[in-house]
Amino acid sequence: MQIAARHLDKITIFDISGDIDLATSPQLRKAVLRELKELRMPRVVLNLKAVRYIDSSGVASLVEGLKASRDVGSRFVLFGLNTTVREVLQLSKLVKIFEIYEDEDQALAI
Amino acid sequence: MSQGNLLLRMELRSDPEMLCAVRGALAHLAEKLGFPEAECRAVVLAVDEALTNIIRHAYGGQTEQPIEASFRRISLDEDALRGEALEIVLEDRGPAVDREKLCGRPLEEVRPGGLGLHFIRQSMDRVEFRRSNGRNQLHLVKMLRKAELQKLS
Repeated sequence: MQIAARHLDKITIFDISGDIDLATSPQLRKAVLRELKELRMPRVVLNLKAVRYIDSSGVASLVEGLKASRDVGSRFVLFGLNTTVREVLQLSKLVKIFEIYEDEDQALAI
Repeated sequence: MSQGNLLLRMELRSDPEMLCAVRGALAHLAEKLGFPEAECRAVVLAVDEALTNIIRHAYGGQTEQPIEASFRRISLDEDALRGEALEIVLEDRGPAVDREKLCGRPLEEVRPGGLGLHFIRQSMDRVEFRRSNGRNQLHLVKMLRKAELQKLS
């Protein structure tokens, strides 16, 4: 998994690529929680377009990000879900709890 | 020992870095067997989650412990499951699995963790835990549907 951060005003955008699994999800979790809990960014956006695979540990990291955002009053936004990622989120029955957009323009606009 | 046509056997270390290699090999195998794309993804997810559970729970995160994985093409003739299938057996030498803990959790709870077993059960046609010769064995079965068999013939 590769993860790169961009900062746009008060928004952090993470561009994530590759596989999010037991080996890599701690890295994602750490990066997301740092932006939310330590840096108190008002909005953290995850670009998942290039994510090839996600498992339950990846979903757990997303849930932790969502919970942390609620704790600090920030927004945690996902966009660019491909079939693989969407299927796994649907299987977890958690797809409805996330704020999800089709593309970056939508994720940043609202 | 399961009967059937052995397709692949892997001996792994309990290292999360190995998961990617297993997923790659299994995706190719499932595709070769004729599973449609969505079912290939389901099989890969189930095995990945099962290996993750072994690494985390049976071995407590130790990365040098042995895991054996075997993949067979089998024929089933049972009321519930009948026809050709892929059988996957994952074996570890960790402490006996506590069956009480294998019930998963309610999905209504929004919290991290506990999803792996749910993913495995949703993805496979049969999921069975056994204990044999001091080893935990997880038997997974995914049926090859008729359409897929026609494609192969």
